[in-house]
This record gives sequence, C-alpha cells and structure tokens, in this order.
Amino acid sequence: MVNRTRYFTQGIAKFFIWTAALSTIAVMILILIQILKEGLPALHLRFFLDSPKNMGREGGIFSTIIGTVALTGVAILFGTPLGVGTAIFLREYTRESKISRIIRFGTDCLAGVPSIIFGLFGFVFFVIWLNMGWSILSGGLTLAAMILPTIISTAEESIRAIPHPYREVSYSLGGTKWQTVTRVVLPSALPGIFTGILLSVGRSIGETAAVILTAGSSLVMPTSLFSPIRTMAVHFYILAREGISMEMAYGTGAALILLVLIINMIAQWLINRYIRHRA
Amino acid sequence: MADGRLQNQGFGILNLGILYSLLFILFSLGCQRSKAGITVAGSTSVEPFAELLAEEYMSHHPKSHIYVQGGGSTAGIEAVITRAAKIGMSSRPLLGQEKNLYSVTIAKDAIAIILHPKNPIQDLSLDQIREVFSGKIKSWKELKGISRPIVLVTREEGSGTREAFQKFVMGKEDISLESLVQDSNGAVRQVVASNPSAIGYISLGLVNNQVKALKISGVEPNLTDIENGKYTLVRPFLFVFNGEPVGETKSFLEFVLSPLAQKLLLKEGLVPILPKIAKE
Amino acid sequence: MQVKEKIIEKIFLLIALSSIFILGLITFFIFEEGLPLILKIGPKAFLLGERWIPSKGLFGIFPMIVSSFWVTFGALLLGIPLGLACTIFLSELIPPSIGILLRPAIQLLAAIPSVIYGFWGLIVLVPLIQNYLGGPGLSIFAGSLVLGFMILPTIITISEDSLKALPPSYKAGALALGATHWQTIWRVLIPAAKSGIVTSIILGMGRAIGETMAMIMILGNAVKMPSSFLDSARTLTTNIGIEMGYASGDHRQALFATGIVLFFIIMALNILAIFLSRRRVD
Repeated sequence: MVNRTRYFTQGIAKFFIWTAALSTIAVMILILIQILKEGLPALHLRFFLDSPKNMGREGGIFSTIIGTVALTGVAILFGTPLGVGTAIFLREYTRESKISRIIRFGTDCLAGVPSIIFGLFGFVFFVIWLNMGWSILSGGLTLAAMILPTIISTAEESIRAIPHPYREVSYSLGGTKWQTVTRVVLPSALPGIFTGILLSVGRSIGETAAVILTAGSSLVMPTSLFSPIRTMAVHFYILAREGISMEMAYGTGAALILLVLIINMIAQWLINRYIRHRA
Repeated sequence: MADGRLQNQGFGILNLGILYSLLFILFSLGCQRSKAGITVAGSTSVEPFAELLAEEYMSHHPKSHIYVQGGGSTAGIEAVITRAAKIGMSSRPLLGQEKNLYSVTIAKDAIAIILHPKNPIQDLSLDQIREVFSGKIKSWKELKGISRPIVLVTREEGSGTREAFQKFVMGKEDISLESLVQDSNGAVRQVVASNPSAIGYISLGLVNNQVKALKISGVEPNLTDIENGKYTLVRPFLFVFNGEPVGETKSFLEFVLSPLAQKLLLKEGLVPILPKIAKE
Repeated sequence: MQVKEKIIEKIFLLIALSSIFILGLITFFIFEEGLPLILKIGPKAFLLGERWIPSKGLFGIFPMIVSSFWVTFGALLLGIPLGLACTIFLSELIPPSIGILLRPAIQLLAAIPSVIYGFWGLIVLVPLIQNYLGGPGLSIFAGSLVLGFMILPTIITISEDSLKALPPSYKAGALALGATHWQTIWRVLIPAAKSGIVTSIILGMGRAIGETMAMIMILGNAVKMPSSFLDSARTLTTNIGIEMGYASGDHRQALFATGIVLFFIIMALNILAIFLSRRRVD
C-alpha cells in the first residue's frame, strides 16, 4: 500500500510541475509572439531608414537606431577597459586578499543597483555637476557604470579559463608580467571578453530608466556626443504610453525584441564555444 | 603563434592606449561645450507642438539643429536660468523670480475635461467637476450616469497642465489622492480611452476621437468660445529665454510667431495668438 | 624594467578600484542630494508620513514603501512556485537533450527589456483585470503578474545552477535507498540546494523592488495606501520615475531621498544574497 501512495504522490507532483512549467514557458513565449506578430508587418526597410516624423506618427526609427548605437558605443568604449583592467588585476596581479575581496564586493553591489538609481546618479553627476547636459556622453557614461560588473565577471571567467601552462611558457621565456598579460593572456581571453561585451550591449539596448534621465528624449539626429538622443527603448516606451501610434509602437517593440534576441543568441553561442569548453 | 603576431598585439595595446588618452582629452575639452544647436526644454504639453515646429523650421533651415525635450514647465524654466537650454517651454504663467526672464506667448491652449466616448454624460458645471476630482462625488450615479465608481486620472505633481487645472478648476481644494497619475497628456488620454468609468484632463490639442471632451456649463471647448472668452480653462504656452533672444534662437522665435507656424498650430488644435489666422 | 612593471601594476590597481569608486560616487551623490531633505522634515515624517503632496511640502513615502513590498510580495507569490516548478522541470523532468534547448531560451527571456513586459501588461493584462476583476485595471495585481514573469528567469537560472552543482552522489544515493524520483527531488535535492535557491529568490526580489519602467506603465501611480490588490499604487521606484523629470528644489530632493531608501533596501538584499552565496561556495 505504501508503495502505491508514493508513486501516486509522484504522479500528481510531476503532473503539476509539467503543467506549471509548460504554461509558464508558453505564456512568456506568447508575450513575445504577440508583439512580434503585430510589429513585424511594420518592419520594412523604410522603417529602419527613415527618421520619425510628425511626433512619431509616421516615418521610421532611424534616429533612434543611431541614438542606440551611439549610446551603446560610448558605454562599451568606457566600460571595457575598466572592466577588463579590473579582471586582469584580480586574476593576474593578486591572490585572494583583502583588496580583491573589497573589489569583488564593490562589483557585486554595483551589479545590484537598480537602473533608476543609476539614472538619478547620472543625472546629478553627468548632466548637472559636470555640465554635460542631456547627451550621448552622459547616457553612455552612466551605462558604462551599469555594464561594468558584467564585463568584469565575463572577463574574469575567460581569463581564469586560460590554462596556466600558457603563462608559464611566457615567463620561462623571460617575459615580464605585462608582456605575458598583453601577448598571451589577453589574446586568448578575447573571445570571452567579446561575449561579455555582447551581453552588455544587449542590456544597454533595453535600458530605459537611466537613459531617459541622462540622454534626454530628443527625436532629432544627433550632431555630436553632446547632443541629446532618444534610443529605441525610450522611443518604444514613449510611443506605448502616449498612444501616438500603435503601429509604430509595435514595430519599434518588435525591432527591439529581435535585436536583443539576436545579440544574446550570438553571445550564448560564443559562451558555449569558448568558455564552457575550456573548463 | 608567430613572433611577428605577438609584436603586433603589443603594438595594438599601445595604440589603444593612445586612442583612449586622446578621447579623454577630447572629453575634458568638451566639458566646456559650446551649444551647437538649440535645446528647447520644458513642458510636455508644449513639447509635441514644439517638436512639430522644430521639424518644420529645420526643413527650411537644413543647417540648424533644434532639440526638443520634456521635463516639465518648472524644469524647463530652470534649464533656461542655468543656461542648460536656450529656450524653455512653459504651459503655466511665470511666478515670482521667474518673471525676470524674457517670455513670449506662442499660442494658447485650452484644457479639456475628457471622458470615454461611451460615457453618456455630455456636460458638467465647474463645481461638479471640482467635486468629482476632489473625491466628494464618487460614483457616476450621482451625476445621473451609470452606477460605477468614478476613476480619476490626473497628471503628476510638477506638471504645468496639472497646475493650470488646479488653478482653474480646483481652487483651494486638493485633487483626490485616489486618482491615477500619468506623466504625460498622451498617457492620460490612453487611460481614459480604455476605461468607460474614467475622467481626466488634457490639453485640448490632444483630444482625438478616442476620447470625448466635456462641455462646461453648456460651453463647448471650441475655437470660437475660447477666443470670445466663454470657455475659461485657457492657458498660455510660453517660450522662455534668458534675456532677449539673438541669432538662431531669435530666428526660430520669429518663425514660431509667423503665420505659417501659427497655421500649423491651429491645425493641431491650439489657439494661435495671431487672431487673423483663425478667421482665414 | 622593474619600475615599469611596478607602475603598470599600480595602474591596474587603480583601474580595478573603479567599481568601488563608482559605487562610492553613486552613494555620495544620492545622499548629498537627498539627505538634506530627510533631515529637514525629519526621518519619521518622511518614512512614516502617509501623504505625498509636494505642492504643499508634504513628503511622506510610507504608501510607496508599503506598495513596493505589496507588489514584490505578489510577484514572489507567483515567481517562487512557478520558478521552482520550471527549475525542477528543466533539471530533472525532461531529457537533457531538450534541456539544452530550453535553458538558453530561458536566459534569452531574461534579456527582454522590461518596457516590453510593461507594454504587454498594459495591452493585455490591464483590460482583462479591468473588465473581469474590477478596479481600474492599472493595479498592484497587474504589476505583480508582470513582475513575477520578469523575475522568473533570474530565479530559474540561479536555482538550476545550484541544483546542477550538487554532487551526483546525493541523487544516486537517494535513489539507491529506494526513494522515488519525486521524493529524491523534493526531500533531498531541493533542500540541499536550499541556499542557492534562496539566493535566487533574494536576487529576484531585488530585481522586483528595483523595477521602474514596466511599473510606471501598469501600476496607475495613485499616491495612496493600497487596500486591495486591485488598487492602483505607486512604488518607491515609480515615485522617482514619474516625477523626476519635473521636480526642482525640495521636490527633487525628496525624490533623491526616496532613492536613498530604495538604495538601502536593495543594498541590504544584495549583501544578504552575496553573503549567502559566499557561504555556499565555502
């Protein structure tokens, strides 16, 4: 009798789990499909190449694409050296010591700060104090701070995965630490670092709260790093809330989803190829 | 790995280092940024119209750059004071110290009380509207409508539209804390358009066929009744400057006050400040 | 040569300190802008005040604190059971070949921007709630549902990692002792991975409390103490997000002060999570 109860319990439990899991995954995929379904028809070439006209009712999203690229570019430009440098320091120049623990603590905490706080910080520091105004630079630097933890952890992972013999060969040949780092460690870690960059790009593209507060929401094509711009995510948010044009909103949303998905898929593929294999 | 390649990678890093130093120098130089372009910041009520005007202006003057952004009337005025923006947009009159700034009325805008199209109510008095928004009247039944609780929608604190509404309608009473808050007129319209029990207020220029504008004591918010003063919920849209505008800023201002621009604003639902336009 | 190496090492040290430096900057500025206001009106009036009327100088954020917790609680109510179910599903109930496909899919879902979820909530959930459950639709309920889905990938991936990290002997041993598959999962594996699962929940909670954009879109942002899940409400994050663009003077400081409170809560959660996960590794 006891045996049958156990298996009965198992049957019920498994049934519930199957149902719950499948329906959860189904709902999440449905969310994406809904937006893609409505939005894909709007994604013709002109949509990407035209700038928004008439308050966003017509035209395309070109200026927002440029804005997104510019902002992400600045973020990567400033975030990568800082992140990779930190990873190199943690992996090549120290052991587990008080310094390294403090640095890791700082990085982990930074990773948990919500985007609105970054927005507040970016606003008061870059836009007001440094007088950079609402600009690509303000937004990009704020984003750089946000992606720093991601770059640090992926860079660390890939540096850690490099077999020690690589370094030993370099040292035995008389190389200094700096030479070893730049000519042996970094080049081998490059694919992994690139993955971290891709993941950060994916995140930056979707970021909205911090961007609105630091880069503004101007629809006009930017002329310099100090111009305000609107990114795709911000444009989507504004369109969606104001009901200016549902068609444009869906289109922008679909473009956003596709972009983020593609970037993350490439990043995942890279992770599987380069990082997992090494361990 | 061939030796040559190792050498190159060393050089690559060095070059990268030089590149970054250059960028940092650029960056610090740029902190003394010259404004290559005009930033127009402030009221989100004025924003869509300013954007339209900017678009039109730039099509006639391809070398100009005008960046419009929101932030609210107060923030816009402050931006002008700190020179973060060349032009500030305000949907409320200037107060206190702000009066020292140079301001020009570019159009007038009426505030419309909006309902869902299916809501049978067409007309309310100012007193009734006040009691609705202060929470005293809680159900549509009290206004001879259907028996459903009234869902209030308002703009957020700091909004010029809200302040105008407060001044014209509420007076000393507070808007009920139960009301839903949205941070732009478009969003308020969206909420009212999708909820038959909702009531809100937005810029008349933004009313479309998704919502219905109320008559106030029989007066409809149309151009005629606004101009002859019968409809009283009217506020000025201001462009604010730090001192009298010169150069490109002046050129843009002159464009905004020109018949071409005013016609554009009229088409979008604003009340032009050039009376001749309306009669054409 | 030695000198050059030493200099390079110091440069790297400086670079590595950047994350601490940035964290410090953020803390400094948030406090610098917000603290004066808290001191001006008193922490008690700020934290426990129930009325937020900036035009009258009233800055009580208690309703926002309560709403933040309500929404997060609701999100966890949805996220924990579903998250656990999906985790168990992915790691134990399906053949590894399908698992390899689904796992990256879940991670992809984590990358979807929050504004997309908010949009979906606005278009689909809010009308449904309005028509079938009552209230304005823009409600804590809508917020919790959307937030629950948003934190699922976090909970799933981290819990799954901790399940995978368990020594295979746990499972093998339990089965060898005659336990059914389910008994093994429920009474051996899950409890063993407990700290990892709890960490994932705390991180999910941190993400939930910190979410802004989607919440602005679907919570309705009413400034009052919520009395039911169908009420509209305003969280700490949306309070900042919705009024920040417009605020100046005391009002703006009050928003930064809201940020201070948020910062504290999230830091506390994160430190807890870090502490728990470090213990696990040791």
